[in-house]
Amino acid sequence: MDSLATLASATWGGPLLVLALMLPVAALMLAFVLGGRHAERVVLATLPIGLGVAVAIAAAIIHQGAALHYDLGGWAPPLGVSLHADGLSATLLLTTAVVLCAVGLYARADFRVPPGVSEARAPLAFWTLLLAVWAGLNAVFLGQDLFNLYVALELLTFAAVPLVCLSGSPQTIAAALRYLLFALMGSVLYLLGGALFYGAYGTLDIPMLSARLASGDPIAPAALAAAALMTAGLLAKTALFPLHLWLPPAHAGAPAAGSAVLSALVVKASFFLILRLWFDVMPASLTHLAAQVLAALGAAAILFGGVLALRQARLKMLIAYSTLAQIGYLFLVFPLVANPAAAPILDLGQTPGAWTGGVLQLVSHAFAKAAMFMAAGLIAGALGHDQLRGLGGIGRVLPMTVFAFALAGLSLMGLPPSGGFASKWLLLSASIETGQWWWTLVMLAGGLLTGAYLFRVLAPALSTRGPPLTLVKPVERSRELVVLGLALCSVVLGLVPFSSFGLVQIGRLGATGIGLP
Amino acid sequence: MSVALAADAGLALLILGLAVWTSIARTAGGAVIGFMAYGLLVALVWVRLAAVDVALTEAALGSGLTGFVLLGAAARLPRDAPAARPGWGLRLAAGVVSAAVAAGLAAVVLLLPVSAPTLAPAATANLPALGLGNPVTGVLIAYRAIDTLLESVVLVLALIGLWSLARDGDWGGRPGALRSADPSPALVLLAQVLPPLGILVGIYLFWTGAIAPGGAFQGGTVLAAMWVLTLVTGLTRPPRVGGRGVRLLLVAGPALFLAIGVAGFWLGGAFLAYPAGYAKPLILAIEAALTLSIAVALGLLLAGPPLAQSGPRA
Repeated sequence: MDSLATLASATWGGPLLVLALMLPVAALMLAFVLGGRHAERVVLATLPIGLGVAVAIAAAIIHQGAALHYDLGGWAPPLGVSLHADGLSATLLLTTAVVLCAVGLYARADFRVPPGVSEARAPLAFWTLLLAVWAGLNAVFLGQDLFNLYVALELLTFAAVPLVCLSGSPQTIAAALRYLLFALMGSVLYLLGGALFYGAYGTLDIPMLSARLASGDPIAPAALAAAALMTAGLLAKTALFPLHLWLPPAHAGAPAAGSAVLSALVVKASFFLILRLWFDVMPASLTHLAAQVLAALGAAAILFGGVLALRQARLKMLIAYSTLAQIGYLFLVFPLVANPAAAPILDLGQTPGAWTGGVLQLVSHAFAKAAMFMAAGLIAGALGHDQLRGLGGIGRVLPMTVFAFALAGLSLMGLPPSGGFASKWLLLSASIETGQWWWTLVMLAGGLLTGAYLFRVLAPALSTRGPPLTLVKPVERSRELVVLGLALCSVVLGLVPFSSFGLVQIGRLGATGIGLP
Repeated sequence: MSVALAADAGLALLILGLAVWTSIARTAGGAVIGFMAYGLLVALVWVRLAAVDVALTEAALGSGLTGFVLLGAAARLPRDAPAARPGWGLRLAAGVVSAAVAAGLAAVVLLLPVSAPTLAPAATANLPALGLGNPVTGVLIAYRAIDTLLESVVLVLALIGLWSLARDGDWGGRPGALRSADPSPALVLLAQVLPPLGILVGIYLFWTGAIAPGGAFQGGTVLAAMWVLTLVTGLTRPPRVGGRGVRLLLVAGPALFLAIGVAGFWLGGAFLAYPAGYAKPLILAIEAALTLSIAVALGLLLAGPPLAQSGPRA
């Protein structure tokens, strides 16, 4: 029976990866052709299937204890392109599917085709773009070939940019244009890097490239230039300080459901590729050096984003600047994992806690930030504005929404019990264990700043003084429940014991990356 | 100094000169013309490097189509718009950084191994099994089919993004960016005479792609150009964006590609694999559908977002 299950996961594991990639693509075409009210139906029917596929992939990986792999068209790399899912990819596929399911349910009220017409602009664009974002994200998480990953980034960019300006106002179009310029510049730099890698090593397949880089000593100047160009391009897409200028107006200007997708998921895709570049492609000795630069920028982002979030007058802008700061935490993973002091742990066959901490930060931030943007959307819809000054007493009118916002805030601050606490605790202890106390200080300061800017929202929201607020529009209970559900996801992550995060480590050890000298 | 080397040196100098001219051109329209000429010269460089497929694509898409879009944009900018030119300091800094990056890249490229590792022999060796003669088509439709499939979806996505810029009230209307109010008689004559020839060239480019330089993207671009010519002169009208027929045409290429790819699970042993002996007809079918979809998508991308429904319903 057990061997039968193993056989099944070995046979179906690969095709499952194809299904995860192609399901949103097929649904996108179907939704576009059927159009009108069918677009929403296609999305809502596809999302649960996609969630099931992501669960099946994670289950197959846990069952096998190894990564899944599939050679497309039967052509093996370097000539062909393959798909690959290790535990980290599976975790991100699952996170994406959960967040998108919630966004889909939440967005129904905002993107309904009005009665009297068969099709409207914003609903058709939103539902098709949502599927395209999903396809792009899955392609990034499954890609194993640098050029295939470029196509995935293109798909993601062309899906994400129009989401910013769905409202059609001049401000959001300007924000979208700025986002487009940054993202395209990033694409060009990434592509240049890919061309240089191919020119020097004759392959774009990540494992082959990594093996050739490791055997070729000294490392070719082209590889250094390629890694630098790719990193710069991907940083622009991730909006790491100082390449963050496009993010706040874009993420704050998009409709709430779009902001949730952009902030929770889209910026993580390019971060994931930076992670793969430095841990899976480049030799460890170089990663050690690059890690310091990346983490220094991350630390600057934590402090800068936190301070600017404190100075915002609008709720959505505050949340957007908070994304800037939370992205910074992700980059602290680099020096904490790629550190000689972490090597003994690796010798024991264990993945350092900082790795798990980083992945947890990524996942819990995705849930928390999506919940936060959607809660802000409900508040803005109910009040007709999202000025922080006008939020006094909103907690009495929309208790469930404000409770969900506060739960998500708990995770961002890193207070127990929450996924954010677990991740920040793992990162903090890693920084102390590896003797890099300065990152500890940055994380603590970041936590204080997060607490301060969330206090600016929650203190007036929960105050009982002042006249009761009048709502412009009632808020559906079902939408509040969706937001609360996502916020609870980010909290529950912190209640699960660390040992059950084995999934994020499967397929990582033994690959060149994390194994350090 | 051989003649070829002298020609190459002249070409390189001309390109550099045009690049500088384009960067410092005073008007947007002038810069666009410079950019288009620049693209054509770059296409010549690709020909000199024996990369005819790249040259065709650069000339058709990089110079022709992009130049057309830029010309349209330049024409729409109000003449008295405040020129928000950055100050000299910023422009100088940008120039210095660009020059440094270019010099660094040049140095890195010169340091690449003399006999660069390449997959070209492997790409050529597998062509007979596919019934193809053009390795570029082999890469695009067989070895790296997934990239082409996803790129063809990106094209649909770009169109959705463009249409999403329409005004709410205009949804369901026809794209209206191309129709000129009073096309010159010479242009109308050209639009009547050229398309039969152009359509033939477009179909030839797609058909010959299996064995020689050409393929769906180049063929589709030529077909799109012919369609756009008739749109500009008002000989044809762009379709309404709500129509199901035009949407079916837009997804025909990627949908057929995906369907044949899925059938590959059972018939070819893997997703996107072709059953032995049937590779060439299937590849031609995919390329034909892709050519059509690309032509429609490019034409509609040039035609702009939908405008209010005016005039009688067709």
